[in-house]
Amino acid sequence: MTIILGIETSCDETGVGLVRLDGSGAVELLADEVASSVEQHARFGGVVPEVASRAHLEAMVPTMRRAFDAAGLKMSDVDAITVTCGPGLAGALLVGVSAAKAYALSLGVPLYGANHLAGHVAADTLEHGPLPTPCLALLVSGGHTQLLKVDGLATSITEIGSTIDDAAGEAYDKVARVLDLPYPGGPPIDAAARRGNPRAIAFPRGLTGPRDARNDFSFSGLKTAVARWVEAREPEPIPVDDVAASFQEAVADVLTAKAVRACVDEGIGTMVISGGVAANSRLKELAAERCAAAGITLRVPRPRLCTDNGAMMAALGAHLVAAGVEASSLDLSADPALPVSTISV
Amino acid sequence: MLVLAVDTATPAVTAGVVQVGDTVRVLAERVTVDAKAHGELLTPHVRDALAEAGRTLADVDAIVCGVGPGPFTGLRAGMVSAGALGHALGRPVHPVCSLDAIAAAVPGEPLLVVTDARRREVYWATYDAMGVRTDGPHVSPPAEVNAPHATRVAGADLHDFGLPLIEPAHPTPAGLVAAARAALLSGAEPGPLTPLYLRRPDAVVPGARKRVSRA
Ligand SMILES: [Zn+2]
Repeated sequence: MTIILGIETSCDETGVGLVRLDGSGAVELLADEVASSVEQHARFGGVVPEVASRAHLEAMVPTMRRAFDAAGLKMSDVDAITVTCGPGLAGALLVGVSAAKAYALSLGVPLYGANHLAGHVAADTLEHGPLPTPCLALLVSGGHTQLLKVDGLATSITEIGSTIDDAAGEAYDKVARVLDLPYPGGPPIDAAARRGNPRAIAFPRGLTGPRDARNDFSFSGLKTAVARWVEAREPEPIPVDDVAASFQEAVADVLTAKAVRACVDEGIGTMVISGGVAANSRLKELAAERCAAAGITLRVPRPRLCTDNGAMMAALGAHLVAAGVEASSLDLSADPALPVSTISV
Repeated sequence: MLVLAVDTATPAVTAGVVQVGDTVRVLAERVTVDAKAHGELLTPHVRDALAEAGRTLADVDAIVCGVGPGPFTGLRAGMVSAGALGHALGRPVHPVCSLDAIAAAVPGEPLLVVTDARRREVYWATYDAMGVRTDGPHVSPPAEVNAPHATRVAGADLHDFGLPLIEPAHPTPAGLVAAARAALLSGAEPGPLTPLYLRRPDAVVPGARKRVSRA
């Protein structure tokens, strides 16, 4: 039996998670504590890196204490530590990596510097158990929009597509601003969209032409199209619910159509959707519909596990330990542009 | 009393193992001057300094940490490391103004201490002959530094203040521990580990949304 501590600070959430790995390879969630600085970023309409980094420094030790209290564990119970070393905001990553190294040295346990995107995929194993491979992961959040082929959670992940401009969550934030809805834009747009007509306005589906990159995404044109539509309408009142519903439909349509097609292309029978945007009601609904029609098993962890947290990094750590992957050196550094193919450093 | 001292408020990545009693005696130290390596090197420096001193973390009675002022990113690497070490080991972490640590290394005459704040500004403070801080810490352009009584300047060589420049250029383990010595020996609970940023984050609240359509 092995206790693994996970630390995550790649963006605006300070996450500390604890999991237990048993001899059979099963991973059990023991604690998942998150301190978010999202409210401090709201008036800026997006994450301010320096504000996020300051908040991580303040929150690190208190969040760690809360996680151990919640799990009823002592620090000396920890057998290994996993920390996000990329991709993410440089200054934010540095706080988590520095803390993780100090904890690893103090406790005399191995440290795994690991990939945040792989962590998002690993989060699902905390809810739905071992992940069949190969599987396809659709990661959608304010920072990333990617299609990943997972042949082994600890050993082999390949990016087969990504956004060429804005992340899906970023488009939500920008459209929310156009519609005078609060930041972050995901929840208020989802709420408005549920009251609106998704077919009211035909917004463009980016990169869906016959010659466009098959597995890549683009949301910049969609965001601009929404702004243009709203501006053309002004000063008439804006039908916010219909705009939100039509925008959300365009996002969910492209994401699910491309993800399902990639599964079919690659002969993959399981799809995982994770990241903050995975909490979106229409994305989940449409993905479920299209996966069922294509005979694909869909797995979406609960929203709490989809957003950035330490539990996902602890879960990834459990897979690294179980796979016998070599631990990182204590001079590891954060890599803001760590490619997903590098699962641990 | 065995003390671990760390500081990352300047381009130096500093860790030292120091014995404190009637005197302050440095058993081992590791210092690398590289403004981009704080996150990478601090923990290895702690490990290596302890090994050279023939001690382990379990032998450490207290930690002293420079809390700036310093350019933000590097400063946090040392502070979060010190906080984590203190938490994991169950030992107190004593904050020290990093400029005070430079001053504590060279008592005896009124002193100006200056470090690099980037953006053509400096962090600075002044000290009397007893090593007591008389002004600062501040952040300002070098031309606005006001140190009428100082006879020497210590810290970074960034500007000609018309005073002889003396060592150290960065906080040293001996200086960090000397600056915290009274607090360490008093046995009192240390104050909060709060960084001295002296500047607000660069962030602008967005104005009215720009139109995307041509008028
Ligand atoms: Zn994420």
